[in-house]
Amino acid sequence: MAKFPGSGLLKGLGVTFKELVTPAVTVQYPHVKEAPPTRARGVIALKEENCTVCMLCARECPDWCIYIEGHNDKAPPRREGGKPRTVNKLDRFDIDYALCMYCGICVEVCPFDALFWSPEFEYSEVRIADLLHDKDKLGEWMEGVPEPPPLEVGAQKGKK
Amino acid sequence: MSSVLNPLLGVDLGFGWLAAIKILAVYAVVPVGALLYVYVFLFKMVSHMQSRLGPMEAGPHGVLQAPVELLKFLQKEDIFPARADRRVFALAPFVVFMSTFLLFVIIPAGPRLVAEDLDTGVFFALAVSSLSVIGILMAGWASANKYSVTGGLRAAGQLIAYELPMVLAVVGVVMQAGTMSLQGIVHAQADGAIFGVDVIGNPYILTQFLGFLIFAIAAQAELTQTPFDMPVAESELVAGYLTEYSGVRFLLFFMAEFASAFAFAAIGAVLYFGGWYVPGVEGLAADILGPVVMLTKVMILGFIIFWVRFTLPRFREDQLQMFAWKYLIPLSLVNILATGIFKVAF
Amino acid sequence: MTTVTEWQKEAYIAGQAADARVNVELETDGMTLNIGPQHPATHGTLRVVVRLDGEQVVWADPACGYMHRGYEKLLEVRKYPQITTLVNRLDWLGSFANEVPFILAAERLMDVEAPPRAQWIRTVLFEMARIANLTLFLGDMGVQLGAVTPVFYAFRDREYVLNLIEAATGGRFHPNYDRIGGLKDDLPKGWIDECKSTMQRVRNFCDEMEDLLLGNEIFNSRTRGIGVIPKHVALDYGLSGANVRASGVDWDIRRDEPSPLAWKDVEWKVWTHPDGDSFARYWVRLQETREATSIVEQLLDGLPAGPIMAKVPRIIKVPAGEAWVHTENPLGEMGYYIVSKGDLGPFRVKVRTPSFNNISILPWLLRGVYVPDVITILASLYFILGDIDR
Repeated sequence: MAKFPGSGLLKGLGVTFKELVTPAVTVQYPHVKEAPPTRARGVIALKEENCTVCMLCARECPDWCIYIEGHNDKAPPRREGGKPRTVNKLDRFDIDYALCMYCGICVEVCPFDALFWSPEFEYSEVRIADLLHDKDKLGEWMEGVPEPPPLEVGAQKGKK
Repeated sequence: MSSVLNPLLGVDLGFGWLAAIKILAVYAVVPVGALLYVYVFLFKMVSHMQSRLGPMEAGPHGVLQAPVELLKFLQKEDIFPARADRRVFALAPFVVFMSTFLLFVIIPAGPRLVAEDLDTGVFFALAVSSLSVIGILMAGWASANKYSVTGGLRAAGQLIAYELPMVLAVVGVVMQAGTMSLQGIVHAQADGAIFGVDVIGNPYILTQFLGFLIFAIAAQAELTQTPFDMPVAESELVAGYLTEYSGVRFLLFFMAEFASAFAFAAIGAVLYFGGWYVPGVEGLAADILGPVVMLTKVMILGFIIFWVRFTLPRFREDQLQMFAWKYLIPLSLVNILATGIFKVAF
Repeated sequence: MTTVTEWQKEAYIAGQAADARVNVELETDGMTLNIGPQHPATHGTLRVVVRLDGEQVVWADPACGYMHRGYEKLLEVRKYPQITTLVNRLDWLGSFANEVPFILAAERLMDVEAPPRAQWIRTVLFEMARIANLTLFLGDMGVQLGAVTPVFYAFRDREYVLNLIEAATGGRFHPNYDRIGGLKDDLPKGWIDECKSTMQRVRNFCDEMEDLLLGNEIFNSRTRGIGVIPKHVALDYGLSGANVRASGVDWDIRRDEPSPLAWKDVEWKVWTHPDGDSFARYWVRLQETREATSIVEQLLDGLPAGPIMAKVPRIIKVPAGEAWVHTENPLGEMGYYIVSKGDLGPFRVKVRTPSFNNISILPWLLRGVYVPDVITILASLYFILGDIDR
């Protein structure tokens, strides 16, 4: 390879010039939005009717950012004339997103499929206290929860 | 400029009025040139080179971003470090700015459009441009910051090393043109001929190519642009002599940097690319077309300055000195010798 | 290939030592310069105290601990499944690679082995974490030397790798994808094809870096012969990873030690460079990035079918015992020593991170160099602050 002094510099200049004439890869964020992947951990959504107040998520959370309160309630019996059932009613389900590490352990340990990941990410707040989402707000996130994506070839279906 | 203004206004302006108008015009050119360079090169060209878009929100394609930045800097607090030498610290940006401002005085933008056509134009330009190093040293020393002192001293060493090859490179042009006046050099290029073919005159880039290369490298060093940006070196000295500056004083430094890039591109265009000369156009048409042609050349040279700036890594201080003294100065002496021989032979 | 001969290396080192000695003996009034904790060249909050004589370093001392987060103690009060999400945050650029040795150590204690498909996917993501980490180094080295553009290309192409990691694991930076006995989830459909095209993109990026920096005369003059670490010194200071391979030590844990991960099943090469200078370290990392793309492609071609989770109890209790597992992470040798007393969480975890050992050579290496070379050397040693301070 014939080399003259400065050929390396010219090669570098060529690289940047080539980039100058190719279009940019960035998008103008508030106007154009890139869709995050379906598994993206954006925000945790709560399906309230599935929750049994078992407290598993609150206990497994590595930084204890889930606050749950509940009480026992009497529900009408399943069969005519039977005894009234005892069910756990959810009073409070708060997730403090100022503390959350987005590890996904709560979603994984939930035995009744009450928690889901939604790829929504636009919920920044001016006040840090507003990052505490209560159960109504967590319920609203359910809208954005996608279907789990199909798996790659060779994956085994069924239980994990 | 008087030959343009007097017929235009129909009155014979006195020396005082004329001087005032000239000063105002030159003052206006400095920020306009700087903003133009900042927007076109620092904001847009570099962004596209780095695969992004740059400012897009303020005005179409972000054209208003540069003036907005200017306003932003004007609003910021003017901070003095506790142990700074306050008077020197306050004065330093003005010294740098003055050197840039004086550069614009002698740059011709058209046959009659020049603030002052000095007989020793080239000499004046080179002398005035090295004034800025005093301001930089003042800034570095007065900041009471170790990084700033190092930056200031580096700037001083660098400018001394690169002033010499630049002067010697320009000597070739001066010898060929036979004059030191910038207008004279433009006329000499316009009247010249390449091997008897007199179509585009004789831009000295053709005969003084080596000289132009040396001039370009030395100008890059004089402007402290990468690969010679050790005085500011963000990754080493944080920002060198600029570290402690904020608000309007930083703005002055910043504007001086880009305005002197503009000025040096203009001087380069005059010395090596024929300046405002448009082949076959004379009289009033040249007065109108001249500045346009001149601006085009200045933008092309500016493109090269910033293209290099944002592509290459920087030298080390000792390598820079070695490069100047061992290669550039001998080469420029050879260039003078060759020019002299050709001048005598032809 | 070598450009710095043995006698040149020795002359360089002797010169450094002599300069330092002279400066101390003459007692010139030096200047003490604090590089950091907030300095653009320290990638975070490393503080290097250097005594200068003019622009020459007479004495240097790295002061770390500005980002100490107490991870070893934190791990003692967490359960095993919670720990992976914490150790992600050690080396935050190649975070997937941090959780793998921990999980392997826990699996060794529990005597379970993840199924082959899980091991292969782990290896794929491990190498992608390496790419995500090293591409940033390849660009960042340019910034430290004054060329601002390469780092934008690095961020541009790294983004595709991170997108893939996010598509598979759900987390861009903190995947938390490994479980004891396997993985959280299988790969989503279409991931393999996308991954292959991204690997091609990363190789193009490597070519671009070769044109932009490696062949550049200024880059060469700034890095060749700067910060030379001879072989025996590198070993004495306990360097690892590309730093030691750039000094000519042919040592790579991926190849040299038995591991359940899938490196043994693919063809690849350990790159070494005899020079031991900053250029060699850059060159070795560039080649490693290329090698990693080829490892990923080969692994994806031969990905075995099957389950991704072994049979493990629902509540994980690790039997009493001790285990040490180390792997070749992007920055060097990373290992976990777990002491378990049979509880839900470990009794004690010792984390061996590569950067902490790598910067221990700084006082030796920085003696007698110029201030700009300090930056070159800091950049070429390549440390992550979270990895130093833990």
